[in-house]
Amino acid sequence: MKTFRKGGIHPDDNKRTAGVPISEPVSAQTLTLLLSQSIGAPPKVIVKAGDRVEAGSLVAEPGGYVSAALHSPVGGVVKRVVSVRDPYGYPSQAIEIAREGDQAPQAFPPLDFEKVTPAEIVDRVSACGIVGLGGATFPTRVKLLPGKEYRPEYVIINGAECEPWLTCDDRMMREHAAEVVAGARWIMKAVKVQKCIIGIEENKSEAIAAMTEAASHRTGVSVVALKKKYPQGGEKQLIDAVLGRQVPSGALPVYVGAIVDNVATAYAVYEAAEKGLPLTRRVVTVTGPELSSPGNYLVEIGTPVSALIEAAGGLPEGTGKVIAGGPMMGRAMSNIDTPTTKGMSGILVLPESESRRREPQPCIRCGRCVEVCPMGLEPYLLAAQGEMGLWEATLNAGVGDCVECGSCAYTCPAARPLLDYIRLSKRESRKL
Amino acid sequence: MQTSFIISGSPHIHTADSVDRRMWNVVIALVPSAVVSLLFFGLPALLVLAVSIGACLLTEWVIASRVMHRTCTLGNGSALITGILLAFNLPSILPWWMVVIGAVVSIGIGKMSFGGLGCNIWNPALVGRVFLLLSFPAAMTTWPEMQNGIDGVTGATILASLKTSGHVVGSGVVDWTALGIGNMNGSMGEVGALAITIGLVWLLITRTITWHIPVSMLGSAALVSWLAGANPLLEIMTGGMLLGAVFMATDYVTSPMTHRGQLIYGVLIGVVTMIIRLWGAYPEGVSFAILLGNSATPLLNKYCTPRRFGARKKKKNKEERGAKS
Repeated sequence: MKTFRKGGIHPDDNKRTAGVPISEPVSAQTLTLLLSQSIGAPPKVIVKAGDRVEAGSLVAEPGGYVSAALHSPVGGVVKRVVSVRDPYGYPSQAIEIAREGDQAPQAFPPLDFEKVTPAEIVDRVSACGIVGLGGATFPTRVKLLPGKEYRPEYVIINGAECEPWLTCDDRMMREHAAEVVAGARWIMKAVKVQKCIIGIEENKSEAIAAMTEAASHRTGVSVVALKKKYPQGGEKQLIDAVLGRQVPSGALPVYVGAIVDNVATAYAVYEAAEKGLPLTRRVVTVTGPELSSPGNYLVEIGTPVSALIEAAGGLPEGTGKVIAGGPMMGRAMSNIDTPTTKGMSGILVLPESESRRREPQPCIRCGRCVEVCPMGLEPYLLAAQGEMGLWEATLNAGVGDCVECGSCAYTCPAARPLLDYIRLSKRESRKL
Repeated sequence: MQTSFIISGSPHIHTADSVDRRMWNVVIALVPSAVVSLLFFGLPALLVLAVSIGACLLTEWVIASRVMHRTCTLGNGSALITGILLAFNLPSILPWWMVVIGAVVSIGIGKMSFGGLGCNIWNPALVGRVFLLLSFPAAMTTWPEMQNGIDGVTGATILASLKTSGHVVGSGVVDWTALGIGNMNGSMGEVGALAITIGLVWLLITRTITWHIPVSMLGSAALVSWLAGANPLLEIMTGGMLLGAVFMATDYVTSPMTHRGQLIYGVLIGVVTMIIRLWGAYPEGVSFAILLGNSATPLLNKYCTPRRFGARKKKKNKEERGAKS
């Protein structure tokens, strides 16, 4: 079975919610749309307090080349444009919208697959504010415009979902296989590619079956089962696993002919193209060892995180940590009274007992971090250099290649904060 | 509603593996050899083992807690391992005060003077052993005579006999069973190939060590002895070869980080051991070979780096850079 060639770890996958169908339990009265929901420049607000908005209408337009539009998930009134705390405690501009009524979303006209041009698909993706929904939130429009010097050969749809606990992509593939494959075809057309491979880890056998079935009706689309290994869903690792090609340091995936999009992103492209719907909702896995009824929720962007946790049975007594995303790459939230964003694939609630790090011990030079690093780096060395502030040395040791998957810190028997120092080194060495 | 949460960078989960667990797995792996040495060498061996462990723990505690003002580090088991390994490298009839000197040198100079666990360059137990060997050469090479072992040479090891007389024993017959279970002259922990092999299996199945160092070290030693006309199996099963390959050369702190480095390191130790044994002044060379291997470790770490993901051949890289500019 295929997998990436270097390093990797096998954490317990804890896919507690894999059997829970996607549901829509929450409709909050007030939605808060954070402006910065994607990598790149925040979009520019085009509404003001008191304005009426329709469901699906544009409330903020792209603020640069790498930037994504923002739409209102509901019809209602703009309460205010205000500075709030984002889930991690940083101040951020946001648009607050009060829901009024329950209208169907305003949509663009559907595109005709046979007649549409690639540019029209890209424009639609851009107009619908689609970003990478795997967690990185890179504006999809930019990915679909790889530049004239490159010739994409493959569209790779990322269904690896290697993060423990998360099951939103798994459910999406099981329940909307045909739509995901349709989305993949729109992406193929947009980048003028004949071949598409959907990579799924072996622990999602139902998703593999459903997607294989859906793909069998389309020429050029195939599904490949991958060995379960973290970080298989990392873009570079997935390309290596699926195509056996390694993206060189500093290069984009298209350098080896690949365009990679997450399954949820493919679904969003399908909705944008065939239904004309902007990206205003996503599936979020709300889970944790002590939540009484964890689930996979289709959520309007801007819904308070606290409402989702409430729907999953409420915040358990003695909760220590709430994580946006999975346990390996997700970010700890400082406050749950903040809105969901486009990039939030999961909300993981951990009890106090699983929230604290172990006391670090001296490095015993066992070499495990080197063994597991999927990028072929030497985490112990980078961390030691980072600890001493030797930024230039970290740069020469390849710190820029680090994908921050956390395999080194996860596996370190001495519980050293390797990734903390490596992140610091990445940031500081960029300033050189 | 709860309003305060714990914040830390990812990853938010951690393996169950720990330094303590690994160290205690090494201790467990050392138990069979300890049993063998107590069986064959009797009470004096128990004394040497107890004194060595006690002195190592005490030295570490005094230096770490009293001099360096650190929290107690004895719980991680590394000083205990040094104590056991030092004892394993000594003859069972060594006077107790020499054992104490060896322990103080092992921990004090071999380990704590560099900053403690993880900072030392050389294997602490071997620093202690070599210090004793050079200071008390006679006492360190006087072994008790085994009752049912290979007779003919009182108090000498098979290797010493090979060195001085050119053959194993008077009769020239090797008792393989005795070698296997440990009924032979030698240092406490180096006898008993079977017990050491059980320890090796435990270390491998618990993933405490990988095969790279033992295999490359033993393989290269066997190859050199075969090429030189010696008996490869005899060379591996006698002296400190197995003990060194399984427990001493595999010390994390003093061995290379990458598997490629570990392979070169193992070969280096295996070859140097055989050079000393076959052509050097000493009958045994494992300790010196491992210390030399330890010395080469920083260099091996510098040059045996892992292959980077997506690394291209240099030439191609240049062409691309040329094309871009």
